[in-house]
Amino acid sequence: MPTVWIPPLLRELTGGQERVTVPGRTVGEVIQALEERFPGIQERLCQGNRLRPGITVTVDGVLGAKGLREAVSPESEVHFVPAIGGG
Amino acid sequence: MSVDPQRDPVKGQNGQNVGQGGGKNGYRVIGSRPLRPDGTDKVTGRARFGADIRLPDTLYGKILRSPHAHARIRAIDTSRAQALPGVKAVVTAADLPSVESKIQDLGEGAINLRYLSDNLLAHSKVLYHGHPIAAVAATSPHIAEEALALIQVEYELLPPVLDARSAMAEDAPILHEDLRTDEMGVRGDRPTNVASHLRHQRGDLEAGFAAADVIVEREFFTSPVHQGYIEPQAATALYNADGQITIWTTTQGPFSVREQVAQVLQIPIGRIRVIPTEIGGGFGGKINVYLEPVAVLLSRKAGHHPVKMVMNRDEVLKATGPTSGSYIRVKMGANKEGKITAAQVFMAYEAGAYPGSPVGAGAGVILAPYRLENLQIDGYDVVVNKPRAAAYRAPGGTNAAFASETVIDELCEKLGMDPLEFRLINGAKEGDRRADGPVYARIGYLETVKAIQAHPHYTAPLEGKHRGRGVASGFWFNWGGRSSATASLNADGSVSLVEGSPDIGGTRASIAMQLAESLGIPYEQVKPQVTDTDSVAYNDVTGGSRTTFATGLAAYELGQKLKAEMLRRLADLWETEPEAIHYEDGVFSHGEERLGFQEAAAKIHETGEPVMVSTTVYPKGVGPGFATHVVDVEVDPETGKVTILRYTAAQDVGKAIHPSYVEGQIHGGVAQGIGWGLNEEYVYDQEGHLLNASFLDYRIPTALDLPMIDTVLVEAPNPGHPYGVRGVGEVPIVPPAAALANAIYRAVGVRMNVLPMSPARILEAIWAKEAQAKEPV
Repeated sequence: MPTVWIPPLLRELTGGQERVTVPGRTVGEVIQALEERFPGIQERLCQGNRLRPGITVTVDGVLGAKGLREAVSPESEVHFVPAIGGG
Repeated sequence: MSVDPQRDPVKGQNGQNVGQGGGKNGYRVIGSRPLRPDGTDKVTGRARFGADIRLPDTLYGKILRSPHAHARIRAIDTSRAQALPGVKAVVTAADLPSVESKIQDLGEGAINLRYLSDNLLAHSKVLYHGHPIAAVAATSPHIAEEALALIQVEYELLPPVLDARSAMAEDAPILHEDLRTDEMGVRGDRPTNVASHLRHQRGDLEAGFAAADVIVEREFFTSPVHQGYIEPQAATALYNADGQITIWTTTQGPFSVREQVAQVLQIPIGRIRVIPTEIGGGFGGKINVYLEPVAVLLSRKAGHHPVKMVMNRDEVLKATGPTSGSYIRVKMGANKEGKITAAQVFMAYEAGAYPGSPVGAGAGVILAPYRLENLQIDGYDVVVNKPRAAAYRAPGGTNAAFASETVIDELCEKLGMDPLEFRLINGAKEGDRRADGPVYARIGYLETVKAIQAHPHYTAPLEGKHRGRGVASGFWFNWGGRSSATASLNADGSVSLVEGSPDIGGTRASIAMQLAESLGIPYEQVKPQVTDTDSVAYNDVTGGSRTTFATGLAAYELGQKLKAEMLRRLADLWETEPEAIHYEDGVFSHGEERLGFQEAAAKIHETGEPVMVSTTVYPKGVGPGFATHVVDVEVDPETGKVTILRYTAAQDVGKAIHPSYVEGQIHGGVAQGIGWGLNEEYVYDQEGHLLNASFLDYRIPTALDLPMIDTVLVEAPNPGHPYGVRGVGEVPIVPPAAALANAIYRAVGVRMNVLPMSPARILEAIWAKEAQAKEPV
């Protein structure tokens, strides 16, 4: 199952766990699985059917272009990080 | 100089890379240094920049700006201005459509539409000195200016708040009554100037610091600085009688301008065409819209005349850009072996009048070069009564690195370690985890450290009084983004390349080179041009060091597609399958049949439909950039003046498509970093008036201030690009301020913790050190 690194400001919802494994073939499914285990986390990560503005996702170190539709594999590592703009 | 672990560099007389194209590096075109397609027009003055647009019946727009940093607008009376002969339209915020408070990504990062609208024309409050209040269109610029003086504004003055720490205080004046602190989806319960808080954390800080033999904790202060592009903002808009809108503007992102105008004016993008002019610098400062929506409003209200608006330097400095001032605290510990055991960072970035500082980027940059087990970074985005912060070359990176790299230098001093050896012990490499979590793919950070270590500069004796040598490293994420392009095969074998990425730093050439390489034809056969938003599919901005990477990838794909189409057509002619045709060195062959690229193009032109291919990309394989710099300085202890004696910058550039332009990017980044480090700052009085809104008083470096800047191009190819390209434009601005601070310390023994390190500040630090030395023990 994919490993999700929980952002520090959301660890209050995971009992302090830094990373968890949950099922899912996409980032959206992973977040749904997180929500089932840690109610309230979906609302912190998403706004409607997309990631919150200012948050982006990396899968295996690669910045996802598809947001919640980004594919993840059972070995994947998922991070939610600040969206960065360049100059 | 170029260092490629896999290839031997070709050096010129002065040791510089003179290009490895022509097959010497395995490529025909990449690595060579051809002339830029836009060069002749630019050196002869024929290139058309934003202010060069001239249309029949043009009106001239001017903006009335706030003389106060923080005030409530009680009333605006424009009647006298409207009555002035020659005035055709006056607009205020009342002319802007009401937009909801909604955060949206408009191709230049997420922004609240209401803030975007309010920054164009203040609705109920002015939030910084220079905040636009009203705009006039008249038959001449002089009449427009005269009309501005006739507009009466009644203000209720409010106390300003001018730095992040003051703005975070419990009793600070509040800029936005409805602003609440966002902590990843949790909204605070009281009015505040702190727009958001972010955190990166892992490991055990307490244990990490307990394991340290040396701990350094310092705080750092930096002022806002401007991008300092030479060409001021300029835009012309025509709201035609049929409802179609055309905007000519100097911008890094015509598609982003289209999005922003559409959203803020509530007009479908299908009615807006944005034509980018040549651009005289941007550095992140020409992504936000300032003039375009106002010019559109004025054009409509004035009866569908074109309206041209050009800022002067005073306006540019007061109301566009700058990047954030900041307060940063860094605590770092290391053991006797030189391993960093823990790092803790607090960063508060000034967002200016509206949320959106680059604190997220700064938090990603500040510890990025290092492999850390125990860390915590807290970042705060804080509104203050200054202009809304805009992106500036590696946004948030220079001030972040100034703090962390200075602390690292002090750790090295306390441990008695060479600062490059310390970096080799702690430096990140492939497979290591970034401070913000993700794992690095192939990166070349350690190679940049080794390149400086091996450079004659680092080992050359530095003799003489008050001289010192400093080093610092830097990181930048780089970006991919969306790009689109089209290529057409002409009958003479030339290829027309149409792209939508404005060319700021030579990207017409670097993208055309990738198409030429992909096609196997000479660079000179590719004719690139940058087009408007109706003539090519969507492109993200030229920014984030993405264009040579992403639009270059599009060019590579175009080449592959065009070649495939030519093979298909020739296969039809030669009555065979495309796979049976051999293509090498610009020659198509099959059995006895042979056609050079030009002959093939002519044949295809004669025998069927034209050949044109298009492609769009949204690449993921972005390769981050690292750099390590070394600088020698001499400090005059009587005046505090810093003279830079020598500067060398090593950077992981992935693959240098056009080495001269890569070197140019490094030179430019270093020059801007030196300006930020030594001279540049926004100076405000206590009421929040900007006191140095001209290039006489806002001191960017000139050629007289800068040394020759030596470059070392380390080529650790990015596996996410067919030619190994990484973005190169931003990371070179990250290390200079820290490298200078470390050099100044070694020259005169004072640790500088404020930017810029101006002569006055250095003198004060020297005097403080001398006074401390005289104090009885």
